[in-house]
Amino acid sequence: MNESERALTVPSQGLKDYFEKFYRYRHLLKELVSRDIKIKYRRSVLGIVWSVLNPLLMMLVITAVFSRFMRTENFAAFYLCGSLIYNFVSEGTNGAMNAILINASLIKKVYVPKYIFPLEKVLFALVNALFYLIAVAIVFIIAKVPLHWTIVLFPIPLAYTFLFALGLGLILSTINVFFRDMNHLYSVWLTAWMYLTPIIYPVDILPEEVHKLIQLNPLYHYVTYFRDVMMYGRVPGLVENLICLGIALIFLSIGLTVFKKYQDQFILRV
Amino acid sequence: MEKMIEVRDVSMRFNMASEVISGLKEYVIKLAKRELFFKEFYALRDMTFDIHKGDVFGIVGLNGSGKSTLLKIISGILKPTTGFVRVGGSLSPLIELGAGFDFELTARENVMLNGLVLGYSKDLMLSKMDEIIEFAELREFMDVAIKNFSSGMIARLAFAIATAVTPEILIVDEILSVGDFLFQEKCERRINEMMKGDTTVIIVSHSIDQIERLCNRVLWIDKGRMVRIGETQEVCSAYKNFGGQPV
Repeated sequence: MNESERALTVPSQGLKDYFEKFYRYRHLLKELVSRDIKIKYRRSVLGIVWSVLNPLLMMLVITAVFSRFMRTENFAAFYLCGSLIYNFVSEGTNGAMNAILINASLIKKVYVPKYIFPLEKVLFALVNALFYLIAVAIVFIIAKVPLHWTIVLFPIPLAYTFLFALGLGLILSTINVFFRDMNHLYSVWLTAWMYLTPIIYPVDILPEEVHKLIQLNPLYHYVTYFRDVMMYGRVPGLVENLICLGIALIFLSIGLTVFKKYQDQFILRV
Repeated sequence: MEKMIEVRDVSMRFNMASEVISGLKEYVIKLAKRELFFKEFYALRDMTFDIHKGDVFGIVGLNGSGKSTLLKIISGILKPTTGFVRVGGSLSPLIELGAGFDFELTARENVMLNGLVLGYSKDLMLSKMDEIIEFAELREFMDVAIKNFSSGMIARLAFAIATAVTPEILIVDEILSVGDFLFQEKCERRINEMMKGDTTVIIVSHSIDQIERLCNRVLWIDKGRMVRIGETQEVCSAYKNFGGQPV
């Protein structure tokens, strides 16, 4: 079939078309996110307050257990900043991984651009991360963490993390359609990832050799960036920015390519 | 006459063996046993036809003849293995009951969600909300979660949403058979209105009466192949004469 014919079929896939379609479905995206929020807190007494309360309670537990061993200043804030990024990524990617399967009934019946579903899950995780941020603010105030102007830069690491999580989420959601085992494997990896990333511990307690190795962990960069601007008043340099953005873009382009290549087969496998 | 939908050499092949694999272990076992990727099954073969603007196009055939697969390809849900479909307008697909319904949400929330899934804007759906409620006759139940609805209620709601915004092409798969006869009449009236408004309608139904009443052109398919296409009377009488016997 030639180009002009392709352009007229319903699921045509030109890049311009892609964005036009995205614009057309922006309402759907918004509605799906708000549906997720509604369903998550339906019938709970405190409702959305849990989004803030939960990280605070977790922080109390972790601080009670670990703050004795870790001689980090402001351990509570230190932990919360790290776990915000980690939770953002783990929730976003985990949700995205299952997004196609969960929405299988919809995909089978109506034409909707399929990337909407993983994207929606990562957006939902972003919304949760913003609630988490309220918890962080509360702890900053209570623990009297010194404030720096760099705090206003917080959207930058969140944006990097978002792109990274979206890329990884797209890859995982594609794999998961064909191999459901991914779900189980990934939950193990998420636990491992939490310990491999300096969330509970500061990176300097690690031996010198491991410092190089930990650079390979994308989350390390995002967590460090986030803490730098939130807690230490440091503006990450060009190299750090390039690394964070580079990792995110690499994952995103792999994710988009893989997803686009296999999305037409999803309906046969879900 | 203006062509609204062109279907050209469309074939749809499914790999039956490879479709049931859902895990790595299973995949490796099947690979070792060399059971992968055979058992091909053609749901559709060499479909070529046009649907013109303003047509009410009926598709008849026995269970498993490929009707639903054909509709899914036309609405862009499935990609054909070979051939292509050209669609010249906005589609409102109603492939199955309650496509895009979330059973945990209320009817009102579902109207919104479903409209958005069809690509309409929030404002448009809000402005159409009353009309939809009115048409579906569900005023008292709009704030009830639809998991408590009967299948007839869901069908009414689904039809009301799909036809609230007049699409250029409306696809109706077997949905009219669910509501009671009063509602069926109402739906048929609405389809008739739409025909006057130049909407192209595609109907799949096992009720040959309904097809005869509504359609001006009919396609009869069997085992994924086109048997006959043409004027309603001609195709329907041939279909009835053959009396459900395989061709």
